[in-house]
Amino acid sequence: MSKGAITQPSLFAAWRAMIVRDLTLAMRRRADVLTTLFFFIIVVSLFPLGVSPEMAVLREIAPGVIWVAALLASMLSLGRLFSDDYQDGTLEQMLLLPQPLSVLVLAKVLAHWLVSGVPLVLLSPLLGMQLGLDGDAIILMMLTLLLGTPVLSLIGSVGAALTLGVRGGGVLVSLLVLPLYIPVLIFGTGAVDAATSGMEFEGHLSLLGAFFVLAALLTPLATAAALRISVE
Amino acid sequence: MAFKNSIAWYYFSSPKNFYPMAGRLIPWFWALSITLLVVGLYMGFFVAPTDYKQGESYRIIFIHVPAAWMSMLIYLVMAGYAIIGLAWKLRMAEMMASALAPTGAMFTFLALWTGAFWGKPTWGTYWVWDARLTSELILLFLYIGYISLQSAIDDPRRAARASALLAIVGVINLPVIYWSVTWWNTLHQGASVSPGMEPKMASDMLTAMMVMTFAFWTYTIAVVLMRVRRTVLERENQTSWVKALVGAPKEKSSEGEKQ
Amino acid sequence: MLEVRGLECVRGDHRLFTGLNFQLQGGELLRLRGSNGSGKTSLLRMLCGLLEPAEGEVLWKGADIRAQRDEFNAELLYLGHSNGVKAELTGFENLRINNALCGRSLVDEQLYDALAEIGLGGREDLPTQALSQGQKRRVALARLLLNDAALWILDEPFTALDVKAVAQLAKLIEAHLQKGGMVVYTTHQEVEMRAGACREVNLDE
Repeated sequence: MSKGAITQPSLFAAWRAMIVRDLTLAMRRRADVLTTLFFFIIVVSLFPLGVSPEMAVLREIAPGVIWVAALLASMLSLGRLFSDDYQDGTLEQMLLLPQPLSVLVLAKVLAHWLVSGVPLVLLSPLLGMQLGLDGDAIILMMLTLLLGTPVLSLIGSVGAALTLGVRGGGVLVSLLVLPLYIPVLIFGTGAVDAATSGMEFEGHLSLLGAFFVLAALLTPLATAAALRISVE
Repeated sequence: MAFKNSIAWYYFSSPKNFYPMAGRLIPWFWALSITLLVVGLYMGFFVAPTDYKQGESYRIIFIHVPAAWMSMLIYLVMAGYAIIGLAWKLRMAEMMASALAPTGAMFTFLALWTGAFWGKPTWGTYWVWDARLTSELILLFLYIGYISLQSAIDDPRRAARASALLAIVGVINLPVIYWSVTWWNTLHQGASVSPGMEPKMASDMLTAMMVMTFAFWTYTIAVVLMRVRRTVLERENQTSWVKALVGAPKEKSSEGEKQ
Repeated sequence: MLEVRGLECVRGDHRLFTGLNFQLQGGELLRLRGSNGSGKTSLLRMLCGLLEPAEGEVLWKGADIRAQRDEFNAELLYLGHSNGVKAELTGFENLRINNALCGRSLVDEQLYDALAEIGLGGREDLPTQALSQGQKRRVALARLLLNDAALWILDEPFTALDVKAVAQLAKLIEAHLQKGGMVVYTTHQEVEMRAGACREVNLDE
């Protein structure tokens, strides 16, 4: 009955399989990914209508507007991170794999970021131009988003895991997660602000990098623990 | 509360032993709290000297500052209990953590509210995006998140454990948030006039503030113990000792309420 | 091998069972009985380590399963209420990903063989959402063919299966027991199975 050679459980192969699985699933449900992206665009486009079409005003608020919209968009996409797996029982199976759960969580978060974070980064120059940012500021904006959005996905994964199967989970996750996003917001927008007013911004980027390293080390453990609590 | 539990940690970590002990302590903490509150308010409002710059309006700091201290302290204690509850699977610690949250949120709100009332005469506006007020506001958000998560989950055990994990994540983030907000504030406003204490504070003022802090602290202990006792009865209701306890006196008390 | 000591299950306000003890050795089959809501699924989930017991412990080779999660999981196969099958992926993809996640390297033919054996020949490359309930269950069951786990924990494995598939699954279980494996399962159907030792635990008592 036993089939095939059983190799040593290979963590890397499992890790890759998890990423491939989640990317394949995202490809087959492209509409979900696009929804988040359009949300991002629409939120940013509301500001000229709501605040002022004056380019000087827009340029000043642009980093904050784009960052806040990215925060909201990334939070909106958190619902997809675990809840489908929770519904169809694959999350249960994931908890019973002979691999450290936190490592698999990291793979899932990475896949989630590739699908929901990277498009925001790629789209941000367009929105930056709409809001009158100049070339250097736009590149910096992209850089901060590139460093910051993975942190959002990592922190968000804890909230997504804690609110699995909870009534009103979608709104609840925003209450849990948004306050924790604040440092990323401050330094993400701070870097662009500093650069446009001719100040040093390397420090901000290093800090965002430090946040990323810390979040990558700590949040998978918290998310794994949260998943075990939520699946009970 | 931590120091009290450490005396006989294992004994009182059992809800059965905790319940009567808490019941005996509550009146004492109430009495202590009310006494300290009266003394503290008297010292703050009548004994402490008038501030030569701010006049009488500064006296709200005798409520504001202790409330702000308590709001942060309670979050730390709450996270401490959360860690103990998760690591050693102590139900009492879980219940303590969740009982602390509403009081912590209340003090946070009180600090914000009194801060706004102090801000009006001092800065001419109820709200400024000052580092401390902003941090306090974020702390309130953290408390609200904790309480919302707990009340959204039906299963009490899952609720306690999930919110405990959230408290731990929050307490790790708290220094980062505080520091970021302080940094953000200095960047945007320059040196901020924050509702802190003057470097040379009259010793009467300091004493009054300390007395008020202890009043709030003992109040917290009393209220939390009451809340925990109620949770114990709810969560341990299948155990024989709760059934024995609730069985007879419950009817009496419900009659009492009707009258 | 698998041992349960003083297990207690509390769901909400109800204590479903308490003081549950049993042992299971290689080659033994254990059937859980009990009415709806008696805690069968909860017990199975406790045996897997998904649900934490209110009291008591589950031991695998003498040590608590939660202290050796990865080692225990490597020897465990759990089939729950839900199939654990992704609707957007084909049967083949589901199987391939599952095997990679478990750390096994099987060639594609072996996966196709397993799917054919379980009665999904010709449907391997359809998204599982296009399959019937019974066929989806078979995709989940195909894991049994590709697994060398010692302990199978099966929650209502016969649900949604036709007569032929039920017989096939019973044979699979028998073969697993003969090789010295262990099976714990629940079912509402009476299925004849030969085993070295058939044991029962009734949760209503």
